[in-house]
Amino acid sequence: MPTKIEKDSVTGIETTGHEWDGIKELNRPLPKWWLYVLYATIVWALVYYILYPSIPGLSGYTGGVLGYNSREAVVTDIAAARSAQAEFLNRIDAVSPEEVRAEQALFNFAMAGGRTAFADNCAPCHGSGAAGAVGYPSLVDDSWIWGGSLDDIHQTLLYGIRADNDETRSSEMPAFGALEILSREQINDVAEYVLSLSGREEDAEAAGAGAEIFAEQCTACHGEAGEGMAELGAPNLSDPIWLYGGEKADIVESIRNSRAGMMPAWVNRLDGPTIKMLTVYVHALGGGQ
Amino acid sequence: MTATETGIPVDDVRSFKADGKPPLYEARNRVYPKDVKGPLRRFKWIILIVLLGIYYTVPWLRWDREPGMPDQAVLIDLPARRAYFFFIEIWPHEVYYITGLLVFGAVGLFLATSLLGRVWCGYACPQTVWTDLFMWVERKIEGDRNARIRLDKKPLSRNKVIKKVLKHGAWILIGIFTGGAWILYFNDAPTVLPQLLTGEASLAIYGFVGLFAATTYTLAGWAREQLCTYMCPWPRFQAAMFDENTLVVTYEDWRGEPRGRHRQGQSWEGRGDCVDCRQCVTVCPTGIDIRDGNQLECIGCGLCIDACNAVMEKVGRPRDLIMFDTTLNQINRAESKELSYKLLRPRTLIYASIMALAAAVMIGTLITRPSLHVNVLHDRSPLFIPMSDGSIRNGYTLKISNMRNPARAFDVSIEGIADARLDVSGQTTGTGTNARLQVGQDDVATYRVFVTVPRDDVASESTDLVFIVEAPWSGETTRYKTVFRGPDK
Repeated sequence: MPTKIEKDSVTGIETTGHEWDGIKELNRPLPKWWLYVLYATIVWALVYYILYPSIPGLSGYTGGVLGYNSREAVVTDIAAARSAQAEFLNRIDAVSPEEVRAEQALFNFAMAGGRTAFADNCAPCHGSGAAGAVGYPSLVDDSWIWGGSLDDIHQTLLYGIRADNDETRSSEMPAFGALEILSREQINDVAEYVLSLSGREEDAEAAGAGAEIFAEQCTACHGEAGEGMAELGAPNLSDPIWLYGGEKADIVESIRNSRAGMMPAWVNRLDGPTIKMLTVYVHALGGGQ
Repeated sequence: MTATETGIPVDDVRSFKADGKPPLYEARNRVYPKDVKGPLRRFKWIILIVLLGIYYTVPWLRWDREPGMPDQAVLIDLPARRAYFFFIEIWPHEVYYITGLLVFGAVGLFLATSLLGRVWCGYACPQTVWTDLFMWVERKIEGDRNARIRLDKKPLSRNKVIKKVLKHGAWILIGIFTGGAWILYFNDAPTVLPQLLTGEASLAIYGFVGLFAATTYTLAGWAREQLCTYMCPWPRFQAAMFDENTLVVTYEDWRGEPRGRHRQGQSWEGRGDCVDCRQCVTVCPTGIDIRDGNQLECIGCGLCIDACNAVMEKVGRPRDLIMFDTTLNQINRAESKELSYKLLRPRTLIYASIMALAAAVMIGTLITRPSLHVNVLHDRSPLFIPMSDGSIRNGYTLKISNMRNPARAFDVSIEGIADARLDVSGQTTGTGTNARLQVGQDDVATYRVFVTVPRDDVASESTDLVFIVEAPWSGETTRYKTVFRGPDK
């Protein structure tokens, strides 16, 4: 609205109060139907208020005469989607992960379901692309601490690692330093030897001394050449993949205080078909054996 | 100073209420365009018949494509994400052709406007075409201008009700035909038309027919010139395409004024040629007086020219008191100077060259476009995967669009990094540096592929890598440049 009402001297009509290059615009009215359209939208809004849930109160909201409720509609939609999925889920429930992998229709369904379940449950630790992080294994490479076959993955998913479940997978590496099994110097020597397993070492003499200690203390689980043992959950020490970091300081820390990561037993949290879908999905990420 | 003293018609100052205040909203000033005969009107009918003819017949044209593909010449297949235009098949990734068409169309509109004024508005705009058709129906049922004004003033009678019902019925029928034809561009015409008639078509199709019927009926039947004056943005900036060399509907006020009634035998000395018969106003579809000069509401249809020429012939004065002319020539005529028509002006040349450029780019890309299209998406999480043997692996999503022929197999290879190995997830054969991948007819196949490179060959954080997809039977290849990511050395 113009701040100052000004009338055009020729026609006596109010101007809009603006001036462009000496030309002032008359304040000419809009057509009536334009106004009616505005009224129609207001009526439309009022009808909506009456028909649908709308006005909030302290303890609830007006229900609307149609009885429609978007929350209930969502619940119905979800139920419909679930019953549509039920056929697939029941079949997945009945067969082994290998059979899911082998049948194209089930596999496609499991990949889609597994992707969603992974994002909801696994991504916080293992990353959205399953790349892992320090302390959280990568699921896309070919190195598997507890084995990378469908059954191994299924087992790990079901019962977890060092989890609150009777059937959980568990292995304990002694804290060689904290329990005073090895001295500082011995730990240093073993660390140098472990470095040499993947082709790195700084001190050949220390590594030589470490080899003896390794043979005594470590080969039972990690194997003669440090190649690891999936049955015991002992990581391969001869490859360049390190769960807790492959620098000497990381290795020293692992030997001295030990590490014991935990993964939940998903059998307590997810249903059978979902865990099978996750198994197939993780196996297909690129590292499955 | 009163309005009459200034020479401004009192007419223009009418919108006052009894208390002297202007009303907030203006009541509609109903326009009753009178029928007119003449060359421009005839031309307008021809354009109308041609345009509506194109609109209603195009969906019925057939075009032979490969088995399993639609045989409709012009079809926008939304569920299948394809658009067909005779020999051209547009895929979703090629929607930029629409941008090209829009650029071409917009600049074409600018060019036509700067040359010939608002010929689009007056002759080719759908609003004009359908409004003209609706007015023709109205005239056939209710009579011409005077009969319609009388009918609207009369109280409701049986005769009036019958006429009104007939008119609106015919309008709604045309609206349904309009909406029905629109649907045929999005569905196979011979399939969907019987479905429409027998009630077997989907609710969505009936909804769209209803929507287009309703908008046609409202816009062409009721809104008419209100759409041009109040809703359409085009009149508001069309003046930017005009200059003194643009052909627009003009009134020669130097010849016509002072206007006034003229009796037969009276001398023409000291007076203008305009006999103030107001025929130009009564035939105008937007209800304006062209003698006030060029104005926003004028759609440049030239019906006033036909009306005025008929009158000029009757009173024995030269034709073209109102005509398509340039403002420059109007001045030249008034001063008896030589006339000049300049079609080639900087703005028309620029518009024409932009159009030529847009057309050339579109035709060029259409001719050279491949029959396969490749898209490679490098995994972002994780960027790379260190493997237990020390090599580095990258994951890619490879999409191959087989855009024309029947199902066929493509050869995929990689280039750019020594000793790189290509693996296709879920494929038992074809690992190494090559893979043969099957793609269905007119389909997109998605494959997960892995590229593994020995640690020593990974030179830097990011190395260029090229995917080469080849059609073995034609030798046609598409190269897609992407990167191979590795750890910082």
